[in-house]
Amino acid sequence: MNTTCIMCPMGCSLTVEEEGKEIVVKGNGCPRGEKYGRAEYSHPERVVTTLLKKEKGGVVSVKTDRPIPKDKIADLLLWAAAFRVQGQYKTGDVLAVNPVDCGANILATADEEE
Amino acid sequence: MKKFDVVVIGGGPAGMAAALGAREKGATVAILERDTRLGGILNQCIHNGFGLHYFGEELTGPEYAKRFRDKVLADSGITVYLEAMVLSFNEQKVVRALSPTEGLLEIQAGAICLAMGCRERSAGAIGLLGTRPAGIYTAGMAQRLSNIDGYLVGKEVVILGSGDIGLIMARRMTSEGAKVKLVAEIMPFSSGLKRNIVQCLNDYNIPLRYSTTVTRVTGKQRLTGVYVAPVDEKMQPILEKEEYIPCDTLLLSVGLIPENDLLSGTGVQMAAVTSGAMVDEYRATSVPGVFSAGNVLHVHDLVDNVSEEAFVAGRAAADFAKGVLPCGDTVAVIPSDGVRYALPQRVHPGEGKVKLYFRVDKVYKGRTVVVTSGGKEIKRKKPLVMAPGEMQNIEIEKSLITGEIKIYTEE
Repeated sequence: MNTTCIMCPMGCSLTVEEEGKEIVVKGNGCPRGEKYGRAEYSHPERVVTTLLKKEKGGVVSVKTDRPIPKDKIADLLLWAAAFRVQGQYKTGDVLAVNPVDCGANILATADEEE
Repeated sequence: MKKFDVVVIGGGPAGMAAALGAREKGATVAILERDTRLGGILNQCIHNGFGLHYFGEELTGPEYAKRFRDKVLADSGITVYLEAMVLSFNEQKVVRALSPTEGLLEIQAGAICLAMGCRERSAGAIGLLGTRPAGIYTAGMAQRLSNIDGYLVGKEVVILGSGDIGLIMARRMTSEGAKVKLVAEIMPFSSGLKRNIVQCLNDYNIPLRYSTTVTRVTGKQRLTGVYVAPVDEKMQPILEKEEYIPCDTLLLSVGLIPENDLLSGTGVQMAAVTSGAMVDEYRATSVPGVFSAGNVLHVHDLVDNVSEEAFVAGRAAADFAKGVLPCGDTVAVIPSDGVRYALPQRVHPGEGKVKLYFRVDKVYKGRTVVVTSGGKEIKRKKPLVMAPGEMQNIEIEKSLITGEIKIYTEE
C-alpha cells in the first residue's frame, strides 16, 4: 500500500507491505511515520463529521464520538442520509447510539438556533 | 452616544478572542457582528481539526466557536450587537453601524479592534472565461449552503484550487452523494494541508491534478461542463491539451482576501503582500487606537493562531484606551530570500519576546531561517520543511534589537 504520512508537514511517501508475518513501513523519516503507516495499513480509522436532517426541516452538524474503521464510513453516511433528528438538542448531546455497530455514538456539534 | 473602551468589529474567532483579551485588562467592550450569531465562518466548518494547539484537543468549527461564544455571552462587560453592519469609523474613533434593533448606531470607542475576517476570491477575481450560468460557487458559499442551510449545490462537481476549503468541500459533497470528478490546482503543489489531501481526496478516490487549470466554462441556464488544461512553467494553459469535463457545478477555492473595505479613507497604512494593515507587535496599525487581528490582518491557516493573535490585539486595545500602551520608536521587519512576508512589520525594542510570523514563497526542505537586527544575527532555526500554506513563526528577544530586523532563508 502507498500512502502519505500526515504526522507532520514533511508528508513522507510511505510504502507499507507485509513481509512474512511482519508489517514493514518504508519511506518514513521518523518513528511517528512508522506507527502511522502501520495503523493505516492494519486498521485505518477516522472521526466522521457530517450532517443529519431534522424532522422539522434544517440540518444538524454531528460527529462520531470516536474514530471508526474507514470501511464503515460509507455505512455511516448511508445511515445518516436516512436518519431524522426529532426534538431539541444542544452541543454534545447523543443523537444516536452505535448506529453502525462499531461502538461509536453520534454527537451534535452545534447548538440548535433559536 | 454610547461609549465603550474597546469596540470590536466582527464577531468571529478573532473578534471573540479580542473582546476576551480586552476584558482581561478590565475594559468595557462592544462587539459589532453582522450575522445573526457569533462565531463567524467557524459555524459552517463542521469538520474537525480545530483547536489542537489552543485547546490540545480536536474540535469541529462550531464546537471551537462555542467555547469562545459561551465566555463572551457570560461576560457582562461585553455588549454584543448582532445583525449590526458597520458603515464607517472616523479619526475621533466614532463607529457608525446599522442595526435592526438600534437603527443608526453611533458608538464612541476608546480603541477599535478590526476583526472582519476575509472574503473568497470569486470567478470575476480570477477572470474565469466562458458563459455565466448557475452552478459556479466559491467553496465557502457552497459550504454555507450545505452546512447551515441544508442545500446540496450540485451533483457532478469540479473543484478549481486545492486550498483547504476546496479539499474539505470535495469530501463534504461526496458524503452527501455528489460525484467530485476532479480537483484542479494551477500550482505544482497544494496550499492545503497534507492531512486534508489524504483524508478528503485519497480516502474517497477523488483525483487531484497539479499544474492544471480551468480554461473556460459552458452552459446557458446551468453549468454543463468545464474545459481544463495543463499549464506551462509560465502558468499559461497549454490549449492543445484542453479536455472537456461535463459537470453541473464548479467550486472555486482560489484564495482569500482580507475584507478591509472599511479602511479606505481612514489613513490606515496597508501592506501590499498581505492586503491587511501594517502593524507592530501589539497589532496596532498606523492610526493610533486602531488595532487589527485575524484574517482581516493576514490570512491564517489555523484558527488557533487567529485566537492567539486577537488576544494580543484585544489586550493592547484595552491598554491604549486606558493610556498605558507602551509607545516609542519602532524598527522595521524586512523579509527577503524566500520569506514572502513577515508580521508584525514593525517592532519596539525593549523587554520580553516577540513572535515573528512569516510565510515562505515555495516548499523548502532543510532550509535555515535567519533573523538579524542592526546587521547582527539574533536567531536562527532550521525546520524540517516549510511550505507556503503553513504559516511559520520564530521568536526573538526584544532586548537584542539594535536596528532594522531582517528575516530570510539560507542554505
